[in-house]
Amino acid sequence: MTALAAILTRDMRLSVRQGGGALIGVLFFLIVVTLMPFAIGPDLALLARIGPAILWLGALLASLLALDRLIASDYDDGALDLILTARAPLELALAAKALAHWLTTGLPLVIAAPLLGLLLNLDPTATGAVALTLAAGTPALTFIGLIGAALTVALRRGGLLIAVLVLPLTVPVLIFGVAASNAAIVGPVPFGVPFTILCGLTLMSAVIGPFAAAAALRHGME
Amino acid sequence: MRPIPRPTRLLATELACVRGGRRVFSGLSFAVGTGEALLVSGPNGAGKSSLLRLVAGLVRIAAGRIELEGGDGDANLGEQAHYLGHQDALKPSLTVAENLEFWTRYLDGGAATAPALDAVGLGAIAHLPAAYLSAGQRRRLSIARLISVERPLWLLDEPTSALDASAQAMLAGLMRSHLASGGMILAATHGPIGLEGVRELRLGGAG
Repeated sequence: MTALAAILTRDMRLSVRQGGGALIGVLFFLIVVTLMPFAIGPDLALLARIGPAILWLGALLASLLALDRLIASDYDDGALDLILTARAPLELALAAKALAHWLTTGLPLVIAAPLLGLLLNLDPTATGAVALTLAAGTPALTFIGLIGAALTVALRRGGLLIAVLVLPLTVPVLIFGVAASNAAIVGPVPFGVPFTILCGLTLMSAVIGPFAAAAALRHGME
Repeated sequence: MRPIPRPTRLLATELACVRGGRRVFSGLSFAVGTGEALLVSGPNGAGKSSLLRLVAGLVRIAAGRIELEGGDGDANLGEQAHYLGHQDALKPSLTVAENLEFWTRYLDGGAATAPALDAVGLGAIAHLPAAYLSAGQRRRLSIARLISVERPLWLLDEPTSALDASAQAMLAGLMRSHLASGGMILAATHGPIGLEGVRELRLGGAG
């Protein structure tokens, strides 16, 4: 337990000190969302209708940004070797790393989402629904991304490959995230149904992600 | 922290290592008892580093077996060994103390780090970010990990690289006290590391 708390606090500290993590993700999110009204034009009704989808796409792309350093930084400086010789199971260490990553890059996106909702003419109910679905769904993006990060750990410039590997796997999260938001705004499906499935996807990826990532790391070990 | 059973012997039988499709070495057998150090020497590419990584469990064993007799049955070999490789596993944006504190907590779950920092002569700059350390100081900080977390087997890969004369003497002193307390050392090296009367295992070349 101490070991996992140690890795969690270290990764959060690193992310805050090195900068780039939380702030860059939020800025990227802001830019993607701000560009949309320029591309679509000043049709407020249309913006309000596709707003949840835009916020979800922006959050999805922003959460990919820092993934390539998630495990690669520990691989490059030899820390991964020591993590492998520790008594704490690799799976739990990776889960702790993913949690730290979500707290420093995913959570700021959830907090920023209501502000960006204003830009897209979303009413308070819709904004609340999107923020809630993002809070429930972005951990799934991180845990799925963990697998991609583990698979590309030994590659230089593996960032783009991570995006190609991870994005198709995030499709279900995107579908149910946007579906739940829309259900809260226009119906006719009750909000609970897609939202429960979204939570299920997050829980599933939180279990599968660390195990798959650990298997990938052990397999790639030479 | 529960008491760690003291292993009595590190025993390797007919070990073979294959990396990138090339057989690095095969049929390698050796034993290291408590309080003993074994120097692994040989030309570049003979497999010194591969042997240490193999013992640490970081490289797959192609053939043969290696075991720590009398060790902790619940832990594998790598979990009872310190691996000091070429890379120092330090984060530049964490301070000296934070770097050591993290590894101590992660590998062991506690223990104070100040005595270990003083032992390697870094106590005065504990508050400095590791980014400002010289190569030798980074090495010292890695060595501090060996003291702050107790493990019976030390796997040292070129432990004296980048160290000045006084730091080499400091390391030799640490190794001597580790051996005196019943530890074991397996060190890959090109030159003397300041220990007297140690056996040598020669890899490759002249055999």
